[in-house]
Formats: sequence, C-alpha cells, structure tokens
Amino acid sequence: MKMHNMFAALLALGLLAACSSTPLGEKAPVEDKLAQPASSSLGAKAATGAASESKVQTVDLGAQLSSAVANQRVVYFDFDSFAVKDEYRSLLDAHAKRLSFDRKIHLSLEGHTDERGGREYNLALGQKRAEAVAQALGVLGVQASQIEPVSFGKEQPAVEGHDEAAWAKNRRVELKDK
Amino acid sequence: MVAALACSAPVWAQFRIEISGVGGTQMPIAVAEFRDEVDSPQPVSSIIRADLERSGQFSLVNVAGAQLSETSLPAWSDWRGRNADALAAGSITRLADGRFDVRFKLWDVVKGQDLGGESLAVPADDLRLAAHRIADKIYQTLTGERGVFATRMAYVTKAGGRYSLRITDADGEGGQVALASPEPIISPAWSPDGRELAYVSFERHKAVVWVQDLSSGRRRVLADFRGSNSAPSFSPDGQSVVLTLSREGGSQLFVMDRNGGNVRRLTQTQAIDTEATFTPDSRTLYFVSDRGGGPQIYRMPVAGGAAERVTFNGTYNISPALSPDGRSLAFITRDGGGNFKLCVMDLASGNVQQITDTTRDEKPSFAPNGRLIVYATRAGGRDVLMTTTLDGGIKAKLLSTQADVREPTWGPFGR
Repeated sequence: MKMHNMFAALLALGLLAACSSTPLGEKAPVEDKLAQPASSSLGAKAATGAASESKVQTVDLGAQLSSAVANQRVVYFDFDSFAVKDEYRSLLDAHAKRLSFDRKIHLSLEGHTDERGGREYNLALGQKRAEAVAQALGVLGVQASQIEPVSFGKEQPAVEGHDEAAWAKNRRVELKDK
Repeated sequence: MVAALACSAPVWAQFRIEISGVGGTQMPIAVAEFRDEVDSPQPVSSIIRADLERSGQFSLVNVAGAQLSETSLPAWSDWRGRNADALAAGSITRLADGRFDVRFKLWDVVKGQDLGGESLAVPADDLRLAAHRIADKIYQTLTGERGVFATRMAYVTKAGGRYSLRITDADGEGGQVALASPEPIISPAWSPDGRELAYVSFERHKAVVWVQDLSSGRRRVLADFRGSNSAPSFSPDGQSVVLTLSREGGSQLFVMDRNGGNVRRLTQTQAIDTEATFTPDSRTLYFVSDRGGGPQIYRMPVAGGAAERVTFNGTYNISPALSPDGRSLAFITRDGGGNFKLCVMDLASGNVQQITDTTRDEKPSFAPNGRLIVYATRAGGRDVLMTTTLDGGIKAKLLSTQADVREPTWGPFGR
C-alpha cells in the first residue's frame, strides 16, 4: 500500500513537472539552458564547465573545402614555360579534393601569357598552360568533365606594365568556378 | 595638302593620313577641286588625292587656283608647265531628290587627250564611296590595274576597357561599329564576298568563333567546342573555313564547311599549329607551327599530307599573309633584339625583306590588288595602322588619336 502511494506521489510529481513545461499544442521554444560565451570553443566550455547539452557543431565539408581554395586560385609560370612548379602541389591538391567531393562543381582553367608576341600564338601558349594544370588535376583524380582548359592569350593581363615584374604576374592560369 | 584635309574638315579628323617615303615610278597627277565641292558634305577631290597618293604610284601636282570641271577644256601648256602627266576635274551637284550628282573627267596631259569620265548619282551617305570609286577609275585607267580605294577594312579598337570591331573605308575613314563588347575581340576575317566577318569573341569567357552579317548584324556561332576556338580564315572559293581548335587537346588546325558542319582535323601534332591561311586556289594552307621548337611558317595541302617548312630566318616567325597572286608571303619575325618586324618573302626565290623601321609590327594583310599591305604597329606610344607598298617604299599612317587600334584586315573587291 505504501509503495503504491509513493509511486502515486512520484507520478504526481512527474505530472507536475510536465505541467511546468509547454502546454500541449504550442511549439516548444528552443533555448540554451545556460548562457554560452561568444566563442563557444571547446576550451572555453571546458574552462567554464558550462557546455551546452543541446548544441551540435556543424561540419560543412563543402565549405571547408571551398575555404581551403580561397586565395588559392592562381598558378604562375616561368617565361617560355608550361611546367607546373612544385610549389603549387598543395594548391592543386586542395582543388582536387574539392572537385572530387562535389561533382557538381565545374572549373574554368583560364590560361594567360605576358604581352610579348603575336595574339593567336599567345592564345595557343595560354591554352598549353591551362592544359598543363588540367593534366596535373587529372593525375590527382579529377574528372575531365569538371574542368575546361581555355585561354585568354595576352588579352587580359592581371597587371599592366612593360617589365618583368608585370610580365611575371601575367603568365598564369586562373582556376575559376563556372 | 594632306594636313589640310585634317584641318579643314574636323568632323572627319578621327584619322589623319600621313604619307612618307619615296616611291619608284610615280605618275604626277593633278586632281582639281570639283566645282561646288565646297557646298557638298564631303571633300571629294581631297579624298581622291589622298587615295592616289597612298597607293605609292602617284605624286600630286599643285592645283591651287585651278577652276575646272568635267566640261572644261584644260589649258595644256599650263598643266604641262606644272609637270602633270594626268589631270582630273569634276563637279558635285545637289539634285532635287536630295541625292548628289557627281561627275568627273580624266585627261592625258602629255597627249592632250580625253581619257573618259563618269557620272554617279548617290545619296549623301555614299559620297565618300563615290569619291573612292572615282579614284579607282582613275587608277585603273592610268595603271591598268584594279584600284582598292572603294574596299573596306575591318579592325579592332580598345578604349577604356571596351572593344569595338570597326569597318572603315580603305582610307580609314567612315568608320562604323560592327560589334561593341566589354570583352576582347580578336582575329577578324572577311568572307570572300565581303558580306560577313568571322572573328573571335571572348563574351562567353573563352575564345569562340562567330560569323556576323555586316548589313543586318545577324550573328551566329561558328565554333564553340571545348577549350579555345580561334584564328578563323575563309577559303577564297567561299566553301570552307579553317580554324584553330583545342577540342582534342592542344591547338590544332581543323577545316569545316562555311556553315560550321563537316568538321575535319588537318594537323596531327603535339605542337601548336595555328594562324592558317589559304592560297588563292584554296588548295594549300600556310600556317604557323612550333613543331620544330619555335614558331615557324609551314605549308601543307588542305586535302592532307606532309607539311613543308617555309621560313628559316631566325627563331620566331608568325602571322602569314599571302598576296592575291600567291607570289608573296608577308609575315612577322622576331629579331635577335626582341623586335617584331614585318617581312615580305618572294616565294619563288625565298628572298626575305624587312620593310619597316618600327619594332612592334603585327598582323599584315594584303589589299585585294596585291599592291599594298596594311599592318598594325606602335608609334608615338600608341597603336597605329599603317599601309605600305610591298617594297616598303611608300607608307601611310592611318592614325587613331583616341583608341588603340589592332588586327587590321583588308576586305575584298566589291562591297
């Protein structure tokens, strides 16, 4: 009999607790049970010991891969050269990962030359540079259908100028989202 | 006299024509101001004089004070005294319907003989064309060859980051814009009938070949394959277009029907093969290839077959252009000092002549009578267009004072 009453009392308590929450029919408001510091880093949580039980940290793989290629959009070339230099290996790696992760991303590989020489021949030289980058990405497993090597020849310099400092900045391939 | 053209007609002063050099044999000719020319919208006799002088085959005789028309009886002793071999005079009369009746007469001064004349009734918009046609008639009567003064040129200007494909008379005047774009335009090429231009536009953020009907402005894509599409050139028989495509990797020559169908690959190299141009019989192509290391000019049959190297001077030869009789090849060489120089090769002997003293020459194109070449170069810190006789003897500067000009290509006979 006593057990029964205790059980009933507990039940009543539970019901009371239930009553203190949102009435039926209303949407429960989402709130942190405890205030969080602005940075909400793991270290801060550990220090304050005030980690939320409900918060879920989002990991956006696409965004991470895209930010890994931010400011990593240009490959420069030496004079008369189409060789992709070793220093660009990590840049190409980052692009390859991103392209393999999301097959809907397409890149234009835009090849350029400096201003010296004929327009059509330079268009072809820029194309050669773009295809060198395309080949390097292909070796890293990127599908050809996701990249199109094109050329602007000498028609779109990044830097106006008639010295080696300008020319060096114009011999390039730009990797652009289509 | 040429400077007077610019000063007295500011509305046409976008181009100033400067002529330099000494020609071989030049016939002295007097072209008098036409009667009532001062009341007409165009300085017809000035246009004729400038055309004849630019050809390199005429020197101009002073006509100050002469009051003549096509009905005059010239005072022969007067003109022989001025050392003229030929004399032309005419009149311009406004008709009731608003058109202009332009008449001229040409005389052989030495023989004191009437060589004929013509009358043309034209709307005001065609007065410049009428002047050029008269210059052509004079030129043909006196030299036996067809004149190119009524032909047109296409070229590209760049100003303030915008590009225009322009069509002008062969004297650089009367310019109209065929295409205006914020993206680059390169490599214009005339169709043999002069009605269409092929060109490369970057409006799709890659090189794509378009063909545009000049009078209607209707345009169509000729080639937009994977990668770059460029260097279009029509065959003289009007049937085909050769171009450079990277759709199979690299830059290789392909030929297609004029409507874009029946695409056939012509070169099979790992090199750059580009800038192809047909011989007059449409059976052979001259083109640029760096299969031997640096860019040189080669030729090969359109039907297929081995390519034969044509240029051997220096390490860098590009931009071949063939004369209409197939006997001369104009091209650009890069010399040991890194200068880009216009050259003309006599194909039979292989002799090459550098014919300019400028250092950044580009893109030569022959006039349809084979007597002149137009090219782009740099002078006074600006891009300019020049015409020259094949020996470099007489040059004329078509100078733009507002924009950089490049890629000139000379149109065919007959508008």
